[in-house]
Parts: sequence; C-alpha cells; structure tokens
Amino acid sequence: MSVMGLFFLFIASIVVLWLAREGVMSANWLEEGSANWLEEGESVGVAKASSGSVGAPPPAAKVGLGVFLAVALCVFSLLTAAFFMRMGSPDWQSPPLPRILWLNTAFLIASSIALQWAYFAAELDDEARLRLLLKIAAATSGCFLLGQLWAWKDLIAEGYYAASNAANAFFFLLTAIHGLHLLGGLVALARTIDKAWRAVDRAALQTSVELCTIYWHFVLAIWLVILAMLAGEMNAFGALCRQVLS
Amino acid sequence: MTDATLSDATVAGEHGVPPAEVPELDLYHPHSWLGKYVFSQDAKYIAIQYGGTATAVGLLGLVMSWIIRLQLAFPGSFSWLDANLYYQAVTMHGMIMVVYLLTAVLLGGFGNYLIPLMVGARDMVFPFVNMLSYWVFLLAVIVLLASYFVPGGPTGAGWTLYPPQAIMTGTPGHDGGIILMLISLALFIVGFTMGGLNYVVTVLQARTRGMTLMRMPLTVWGIFAAAVLALLAFPGLLVAAIMMLFDRLLGTSFFMPAMVEFGELKNTVGGSPILFQHLFWFFGHPEVYIVALPAFGIVSDIIATHARKNIFGYRMMVWAIIAIGVLSLIVWGHHMYVSGMNPWFGFFFAVTTLAIAVPTALKVYNWVLTLWRADIHFTTPMLFALGFLVTFTNGGLTGLYLGNVIVDVPLSATMFVVAHFHMVMGVAPIMVILGAIYHWYPKMTGRMMDERLGKIHFWITFLGAYAVFFPMHYLGILGVPRRFYELGEISWLPPSAATLNVFITVAALTVGAAQAIFFFNVFWSLRHGKPSGSNPWRATTLEWQTAETPPGHGNFGRELPIVYRWAYAYSVPGAPEDFLPQNAPPLKGEHAT
Repeated sequence: MSVMGLFFLFIASIVVLWLAREGVMSANWLEEGSANWLEEGESVGVAKASSGSVGAPPPAAKVGLGVFLAVALCVFSLLTAAFFMRMGSPDWQSPPLPRILWLNTAFLIASSIALQWAYFAAELDDEARLRLLLKIAAATSGCFLLGQLWAWKDLIAEGYYAASNAANAFFFLLTAIHGLHLLGGLVALARTIDKAWRAVDRAALQTSVELCTIYWHFVLAIWLVILAMLAGEMNAFGALCRQVLS
Repeated sequence: MTDATLSDATVAGEHGVPPAEVPELDLYHPHSWLGKYVFSQDAKYIAIQYGGTATAVGLLGLVMSWIIRLQLAFPGSFSWLDANLYYQAVTMHGMIMVVYLLTAVLLGGFGNYLIPLMVGARDMVFPFVNMLSYWVFLLAVIVLLASYFVPGGPTGAGWTLYPPQAIMTGTPGHDGGIILMLISLALFIVGFTMGGLNYVVTVLQARTRGMTLMRMPLTVWGIFAAAVLALLAFPGLLVAAIMMLFDRLLGTSFFMPAMVEFGELKNTVGGSPILFQHLFWFFGHPEVYIVALPAFGIVSDIIATHARKNIFGYRMMVWAIIAIGVLSLIVWGHHMYVSGMNPWFGFFFAVTTLAIAVPTALKVYNWVLTLWRADIHFTTPMLFALGFLVTFTNGGLTGLYLGNVIVDVPLSATMFVVAHFHMVMGVAPIMVILGAIYHWYPKMTGRMMDERLGKIHFWITFLGAYAVFFPMHYLGILGVPRRFYELGEISWLPPSAATLNVFITVAALTVGAAQAIFFFNVFWSLRHGKPSGSNPWRATTLEWQTAETPPGHGNFGRELPIVYRWAYAYSVPGAPEDFLPQNAPPLKGEHAT
C-alpha cells in the first residue's frame, strides 16, 4: 500500500497544479474597483492571459485521455501493491522469466518509437510516411501481444500453472491486464489508421496520432515496470514497502 | 433542430463581452424514435435511464431488507425463510443499495442531468461514451439479477465478499452466484469509468463563459469531487474482483490460505485474506463519500434556494468538499480495526478518520448558519434537506465513536455499526435523493409534484427511518450481534431486545410501503401536476433559466448563457427580485463575485 501512497502524491500534485492554474486561490473581490465581470482569471477553460506559456486549452479528448490514464495508473499501482504484499509470504516462488519477453520488449519499444515518429510526420503533414509508421506501430504491437501469448505457452509447457504458485498467477494476471490495456489502444490506433487513409480533417488526425503516441508511451512505461517486477529487480523495493506497512 | 439554432451567444456589443468561447460540441441528432428515447446520447435521457434502472433494482434491495427484518423480528415463523435466503438477502441488500442504487442515482442520474445544465454546456463532452456507460451499467444489473436464476442462487457472502468464505463450499451461492456478482461488479466499474470520464472532463472543459470554478453551484462541486474520488477508488474493487475471480475459477491463491474443506486439504496455500480487505476497503471507504459528496452539494443548493439566502461560507464549503475527498482516500483502515493489524496503523487510521470530522462539521455549521434568520419555505424539498441535516449529523456523531479503535473493537460486530452506517449513508443520502427529485422534477417534466402527498411522504419516511435506526443503536450497545441468522437464547440479552426488534420491523415495513405514495406522486403528477413554468422555485442556477422546460436537446436553445456571478445571489439588496440568476447582466453598482 506504500505504492498507493506514491500514486496519491502524484495525483495530488496534478490536482494542485490544476487548481492553481484555474485561479481558485484568487481573491478577486479584494481587488478594489474591479469591474471586470469576465476578464482575466474569469474566462473559462482558458488559462489566465498573464500565465502566458499555457496558451490555448487542450482539446477535451486529450484531457479525457489524461483522466483515463490516471485511472489505468491507479489499477496498475494497486496490482503492484498487491504483488509486493503477497510476495512476503513464504510460499512465494518466482517463475523463470521466459526469454521471449526480451524480444517482446523490443517490439513494444519499436512500436512506441514508430508512433512518436508518426506524430512528427503528422505535424509535417508527410502523409505517406505517416501511414507507413502507423502500420509499423500496429504490426509491432501485434507482435508484442502474440509474443506475450507465446510466453504464457512456454510457462504452461514447463509446468508453471497459475494455480501452482501465486507468483505464477501474478505473472498471468499482470501480463493479461497489460495486454488488454494495449488491445484497447489498438482499437483506437485502428480508428486512427482509418482516419489517416480518409483524412479530411488534418487537425483531428494530428490529435488522434498525438493521443495514440501518449497512450503507447504509457503502455511502454507500465510494461517496463512490470518487467522489472517479474524479473525480481524490484524485490528490495517490495521488501521496503512491506517494512513500512508492518 | 438545425445547426444555426445551436450557435453560441454573440452579445459582444451588448455588454462589452466577447462571445462565449466554448468549442461547439458535435451533437448527435437522432433520426429515429429508437435513437431519441432508447439509444439516446442526450445526457438528460441517459440520466433518466440511469435513475429508472437504479430505482427498479433498488426496490428489489428494499424487498431484501424486509426479508432480513422479518427474520430478525420473528425467527422461525416462516418456513420459506431459511439461513441461506437470509444471508443472500443481507448480501444483495447491501450491494444493491450501495453500488447499484446510491452510486448510480447520484452520479449516473443527477450527475448526467445536472452537470451539463448547471455549468452551461450543451451536453456531456463525449455523448457516445456516455450512452455506452448506461448500457454497460444495465448489463451489470442484468448479470446481477441473473444470479437469482442460477443453481444455488445469489451469493450470501455478505456485501464485503470477504475471502476465503466467499468462495468456499457451504457459503450460499458459491457455485454461480459469487462468479456473477464479481463479473457484475467489474462491468459496473467499466461502465462507471466511462460515465466518470464524462462528468470530470465536462466540468473541466465545457463550462460556459464566465462560469469559473468558484462560481459553480455546490451541486456540481460535490458531483465533480465524487466522480474524481470514484475514478480513483473503484479500481480497488476492480482489482479485488478480478483476483477473486482467478481464485474462484483457476484455483489460484491470491487470497486463499492453506485450507481444509470437508476434511480435504485444498490446493491453495499462503494467500492473504487481509490483502483482499485492503483492496476492498480502499474502494469501500471512499464509496461512503462518493455517495455523500453529491448529497452535500445538492443539499446546499436546496437549502439556499428554499431559504432565500446565500449559502454561508461558499469557499469554505468548496474546500471542505475537497478536503473530505482527499482525506477519505486514507482512512480505509478503520474498517479493519479487528483484523489484527499493527496498533500503529490503528492509530494512524483513527487520526485520519477523526480528522474528517473537521471539514464535515464545518459543512454542518455552514448549513445551519445559512438557515439562521433566513426566509425558510417549508416546501417538500426543503423538508427533506432538513431531514438530511438531522440524520446525517446523528450518523456522523456515532461515526466519531466508532472511529476510535478502543470503542470500535467491542462494537464492531454489533447492531450499533448497522445503525451508524444506515443513518449516515443510507437514510441521509436517500433523504437528499428524494428531496432532489421533488426539487428538480418540475424541470424534468414541466409539472409540480403534489405538495400534500409530498409532505405525508416526508413525515412517514423521516419519522419511520428514525423509528427503525434509532433503537438499533441501543440494541447494539446491549450487545445484539449483527449478521446472525438466529440469536437463540443469549443470557445477557433482556427479552425486551426481542420486543424492540419487532417494533423496528413494523416500522421498516411501514416506511418501505410508504414509498408507494412517492411513486404514485411521480406518475400521477406527470399528467395531473400543476404546470410549473420554467423556474418555480425562483432559483438562480442555469438549469432554471433554459428557454424550454423540460430543456430540449442542446439544453439552452440558440444561445449559451453567459455567467456573471455565483449561484447564491438571493435577497440581494437593490435587486428587482429576491434572486439574481447567474446569467442576469450585472446591476449598476453591483460588486463582482
């Protein structure tokens, strides 16, 4: 549950930043003679002109994605917390890491890079390159998912069933939920690819590509943490968390 | 409606104000009857769908409570009422009321109806996702109800679903019931997340021009904070449900320790039931405030409107909502005082729990101070709001007792706890929901509900609820345990305890049946209610200033309103009437708020 503490600190800092940006603290009624009914700090969804750098409000879809990723982060934080708490029990025996996971990781990194590149291409309006990169991203993500299934097959073939040890069960649980998360992203990516072929509205296409890019970086970051957990690289951190709790 | 009728306000010349800078929403225009009334993407229809479904399943929860009460008052009198049915009734009553009724009505119902109207938006920002949210919720309800028709019936594990007993043979509904319950909860959370995204992003992005955060009505603040809280808390339940499904279906041991069942060693080893409790209460405690915060907000608006006075300490009220939301995420351990945790943890959770009393008490004081020397109109919504004030304070005070480890440990397994949480999160939010329906019904239908029936309904509900739950505290202090199917002979319980149980049951049956008055009123007033006009309560908030009543698709007709002041400009000196709508142009010499 210490992991949840870290998660809350992160969310809290975002909330505080947002409240400050929206000018909740401003005591405008104290400013004598201010007849500005709708002036600075009063306009909506737009940052104060004085805070300059923020500029135009982000599109609703981007804010929506941010909120959704916060929820997803909450789910993964809770799974991590559960992983570390359960790990302390003496019956815990980590399964060996299927070697294909390294290849899968490479696929996911490639996919993330391809999307970042696609985002640049979308900004430059380089249509041919954008389409190619989107296809590469989708293909490498597909390879990642197939590779994860392969890893499951490997584990089961060697007798590491979900029921035989909680560590195995966590392996299947974490990879399954992460896989589902990526699968959801692939649906969005498919719609973006569809848009890239019929693109009439360039700005909408650019936003879609940008959102996919953010999503994929998130998926990759989560995967790297999960990989570290499964490889036992974070055991010391887990032990620390348990110590704090008991 | 054509596109031209949905353009934003362009009153630049009139008040020296540029047009509303709200991006035009891509409103979906339904072409068929099905698209308009069934698969509607209009938040107002979705709200009514949410509310109707939740109320229907809530009536089932009410029947379940009757079964519980019949058994407690007359043990052994009904041959059909066996232990399995009793435990199933306890479980389903709890789960339905907390999740499928209260959460769904307050966020899915009032959230959908009021957020776009009150912040001056045309609709939610993602109308399609919003529609999907309702249909996934409906699916969750259907899966939940399906558990009545599988062999073994619904689960009887208690609404907390504690493992290992929730999935062991011998617990009612361990075959199909528990599986369907877990699937239904997971679906509910998926559906809620879709809705919650909408509530949060709409408040963040779609407010009309001039509607700053500190001009939002407290209803919107309450629902907004509750939605954020729910988005952060429900994942706890989701993770717990998925892991328990693994335990039940694949035989994993996330939560299952080494166990012997019917003389046979089970295959599980080392699992941690306490881990489940952490995950469950990580959701379970914020859930109390997911229900309470919208209620706080709604009650503030009802009190201010019907007392014709501005809410006392608006900013304090907002910060109290935020403080309660933040604190409620770090108090879940107070549900686990008896789980044998480290005493220091008990200390930590007791401190955070008691700390919540500060912002909460602040809100109660502010409500009372709003009423102080106000022009109180004892309308039905106002009566329910006052009823909430009393029941919530009562339930909150017993919460202070139970928040202390040393008091909680002996009381934890008694009826005192049942009385406490029913008072604070059962009766109090229901009072607000009923009051809010009486308050906003004219906007939803264009007709008033019958006041006389409303008052009869209020007094029976209010006094009846007290008759049910007030004596229950006494039973708890006597030591009457909760959860038990039958008490038998217990030496320390006087015979009067059984008599009191009969009294409570009679009151419970009466209050439940009296809700028929309310339903009659709702349906009768649809056709025969007095026409209400657009603003029968002479309220300031934007939903009362719409061109049409009930508001059409797009909410505000041709022009979005522009907001000039907060939502509580009642009895302003020098104003032509005793209220100034949020979108009325500034008066001469009026101070900006």
